[in-house]
Amino acid sequence: MERKIRVLVAKPGLDGHDRGAKIVARALRDAGMEVVYTGLHQTAEMIVESAVQEDVDVIGLSLLSGAHMTLFLDVTQLLKKKGIEDVLVVGGGIIPEEDVPKLKKAGVTGVFGPGTHCEEIVEFIRKNVKR
Amino acid sequence: MNEIVAKVLKGDARSIARLITLAENNDPDVMSAMKDIHPHTGNAYVIGITGVMGSGKSTLIYELTREYRQQGLKVGIIAIDPTSPFSGGALLGDRVRMMELATDDGVFIRSMGTRGMLGGLTSAVYDVVEILDASGKDIVMVETVGIGQAEVDVIKIADTTLVVLVPGLGDSIQTIKAGVMEIADIFVVNKADRSGVEQTIAEIESYIDIANTDRDRKTPVLSTIAKESKGISELIYEIDKHREYLKKTKRFDAQRRKRYEAELVEIIRKRLMDFIFDEPKFTGKVESLIDQMSKKEVDPYTAADEILGKILK
Amino acid sequence: MNDKEELNQVKEKRTLWEKNCYSKLVKDNPEQKKKFENLSWITIKNLYTPEDVAHLDYIKDLGFPGEYPFLRGIHSTMYRGRLWTMRMFSGFGGAEETNKRYKYLLEHGETGLSVAFDYPTLYGYDTDDPHSRGEFGKCGVAVSSLKDMEILFRGIPVDKITTSMTINGPAAIIWAMYIANAENRGINKRGIGGTIQNDILKEYIAQKSFIFPPEPSMRLIIDTFEYGFKEVPRWNTISISGYHIREAGATAVQELAFTLGDGLEYVKAAMERGLKIDDFAYRLSFFFNAHSDFFEEIAKYRAARRIWARELKKLGAKKPRSLLMRFHTQTAGVSLTAQQPEINIARVTLQALSAILGGTQSLHTNSMDEALALPSEKASRIALRTQQIIAEESGVTNTIDPLGGSYYVEWLTDKMEEETYKYFDRAEKLGGVLPAIEKGFYQREIAESAYKYQKEIDENNRVIVGVNKYKMDEPLSIPILEMDEKGEQRQINRLKKLRRERNQSKVDKNLDRLGKAAEGDENLMPYILDCVHAYATLGETCNVLREVFGEYTEPAMY
Repeated sequence: MERKIRVLVAKPGLDGHDRGAKIVARALRDAGMEVVYTGLHQTAEMIVESAVQEDVDVIGLSLLSGAHMTLFLDVTQLLKKKGIEDVLVVGGGIIPEEDVPKLKKAGVTGVFGPGTHCEEIVEFIRKNVKR
Repeated sequence: MNEIVAKVLKGDARSIARLITLAENNDPDVMSAMKDIHPHTGNAYVIGITGVMGSGKSTLIYELTREYRQQGLKVGIIAIDPTSPFSGGALLGDRVRMMELATDDGVFIRSMGTRGMLGGLTSAVYDVVEILDASGKDIVMVETVGIGQAEVDVIKIADTTLVVLVPGLGDSIQTIKAGVMEIADIFVVNKADRSGVEQTIAEIESYIDIANTDRDRKTPVLSTIAKESKGISELIYEIDKHREYLKKTKRFDAQRRKRYEAELVEIIRKRLMDFIFDEPKFTGKVESLIDQMSKKEVDPYTAADEILGKILK
Repeated sequence: MNDKEELNQVKEKRTLWEKNCYSKLVKDNPEQKKKFENLSWITIKNLYTPEDVAHLDYIKDLGFPGEYPFLRGIHSTMYRGRLWTMRMFSGFGGAEETNKRYKYLLEHGETGLSVAFDYPTLYGYDTDDPHSRGEFGKCGVAVSSLKDMEILFRGIPVDKITTSMTINGPAAIIWAMYIANAENRGINKRGIGGTIQNDILKEYIAQKSFIFPPEPSMRLIIDTFEYGFKEVPRWNTISISGYHIREAGATAVQELAFTLGDGLEYVKAAMERGLKIDDFAYRLSFFFNAHSDFFEEIAKYRAARRIWARELKKLGAKKPRSLLMRFHTQTAGVSLTAQQPEINIARVTLQALSAILGGTQSLHTNSMDEALALPSEKASRIALRTQQIIAEESGVTNTIDPLGGSYYVEWLTDKMEEETYKYFDRAEKLGGVLPAIEKGFYQREIAESAYKYQKEIDENNRVIVGVNKYKMDEPLSIPILEMDEKGEQRQINRLKKLRRERNQSKVDKNLDRLGKAAEGDENLMPYILDCVHAYATLGETCNVLREVFGEYTEPAMY
């Protein structure tokens, strides 16, 4: 039996723009993945703890407020602290080009801005899941 | 003993989560792990919660969990949502209502897709309940949408089953399967601040009057407003009362025995099916028999005999 | 709109034309698409003629500008008399930085201010609250107390200029700060003008910056209505917003229907409180999106005015000014592309033009770089100049409602009205606006449209220039706004100093009185003003209300 890719889609921080998160969640479902949606206003602790319990392969973070350098990195740092290395972290939102390499270096392996084709995200996940 | 099992028994969240994944994926390693898990089960009380979409089940579970946590009990939650039959994917959204519980280490929440197909869900849920039970949870809640037979089967795992309805959804009793009404140990009319509560309660009462004639316990009907935490302690009181009733009337052990029976049947059925439909030496035969049936060269019973004959000899 | 004989002739000729000219041509040279649809997936015909508007009665359905049903505009002179207000939504970092930007925009010909607040402010948290982590000044200015409000408007003539503030959950508190600042500067509050967004229903539906549950939120809103028409009569106490509903993925039809539905809900709620419709209705204003389907947007604004006038009349409004729908427009942020950002200038121009041809009262034009970050000074100046070109070079302001009478536009206006009423019916069947929100009806409708739209783009069935057609690989050359890194610390220091130096017992007493009043049913505005005047912070004041009202969490997604 083919193992299903499980993805946690979360919105950290206060930003309530969930159009992108919901579109991506649906697209991943339509690509055959199991998508756990956590809703809005998540702290890094909530996201990481949920990812653990749900045993997801991927954490997808969406943030349009510009606070990604703080809030995305909170998540990757907490994962590191807990010794969780087999979860792929991807993120999307209004992210200036200059922040992309910094995010990638910090463990947000895939960064997707406006205009990203959903298929691109699906492919990226399929190619990069760690187990 | 299996290393992962040792960690599960200590309540380690990552190990519980990983073992659940293995069970869900029907991984070969699960069988040996479950052997070690089984002796440590039987302590958790299992509550099934089912009802129509939008009846506020998740909020109800959230409120019940908060109450149980105040009593110092540990809680496991299994939230099951339908898998898309087209893509095989699923959107599992029940956590949204329970995120406040995410960082409480006395609570473990797992979302599952039904994943369809040949009843695999039921046996996976049996495993997940046992895993959570063995990990030290005092209460395990299983939530499903009360629409299909598979979900009715799943909920039969519970010691106490809540069927959740809401007022004002037209004939809400009619919208859920008759089989779902029958499995209710307690009816909950949630969102009781909406108009039409009395009517919905009356409808349920009259259903109970007809259906319950041969029982020594009348199924209670409670109203709650989960989002305002109203009616929750009354509900817990009724659950406790049902538990006592089961114990007092010796139904508890009988019910659990039935659960084991169902589990055994399920496992045999599943392994038999896997054996027939996944084994290369059989698949060709199965396909050709189906072709023959289509051409009316063979009848279904003869075809079945032919396959079973190969296994049983 | 035509006599019968003429219509018959048109019908006859049209049939001939379809048969002899059009069909033949299409047979040999197929059209570019099998089906032409607008952004609401309404099928658009090849040609509109008098037949399509035959059912319309000019006097009853179109009328004259400044007269019922206001289809052609709410003023009898429209832009010939006065141009729309050029109001650029802006705010970032601390109050000092945003104050500078406001002065810059005013120097360059902006005619009204529009404040963007950061997320902590929108949720009623102070900058030093743990919830505010990472968000200070990111997509708006941080205002945690009256002190910040004073700095934000330092040197700006608040008695002459009108200010729009995009604030919802804590709208009453932020408005109180604006009033208090004016009062402290010796300006009579009866003379100040502006708008608070104060539209909580669309927060539940789309934007998700909510604090309290619906019931106490509605109470606070009606409190501001009442306080407004009694004490601050030039203030628009609500801006009922379709903008965010659209940005969340709604179609134009959904934007129109859900926004007007919200509007009517506020009117009914105020009337239930015992307010007289003609006392407050004239202070309700609206806020729409200007997206990319040019004619559909124009039809949307025109239909909105007509539906609103008709519905308010039905609810018993007598004064003409109660029936007017005044609205602000912003071009669609969601339509901006991160790819080839300069071409956003062209998009914004078309969108702005549709808002003006649709008769908007004020307009924000987006900057080309907003799909990448907050707008730079230059980018927002170009966006403002875009409006100035339309206003002063294009000639579109010379006559009122220049597209009125166009067969296509009138047909589409009517069609959108029809679709709107269908949505009204569906919400009614669910028990009204609030139950529909609770059941996730609007949220689901929007999410489905958003997904469908995205799929069309992904599958190349809808062209977005630079994204799925005419793509280029180019290094990004847009300069991004640099924010002052010390801003956050400066703000936190200011808060600390404020808490140290203010009269704490007065703060405590006023907060306590607010809490008690919140438990009853008095109008809370005077109590909030007392707290604000005593320099209680936004977070402190909101927390008192959180204690009493509780907090809202959204219904599950599916």
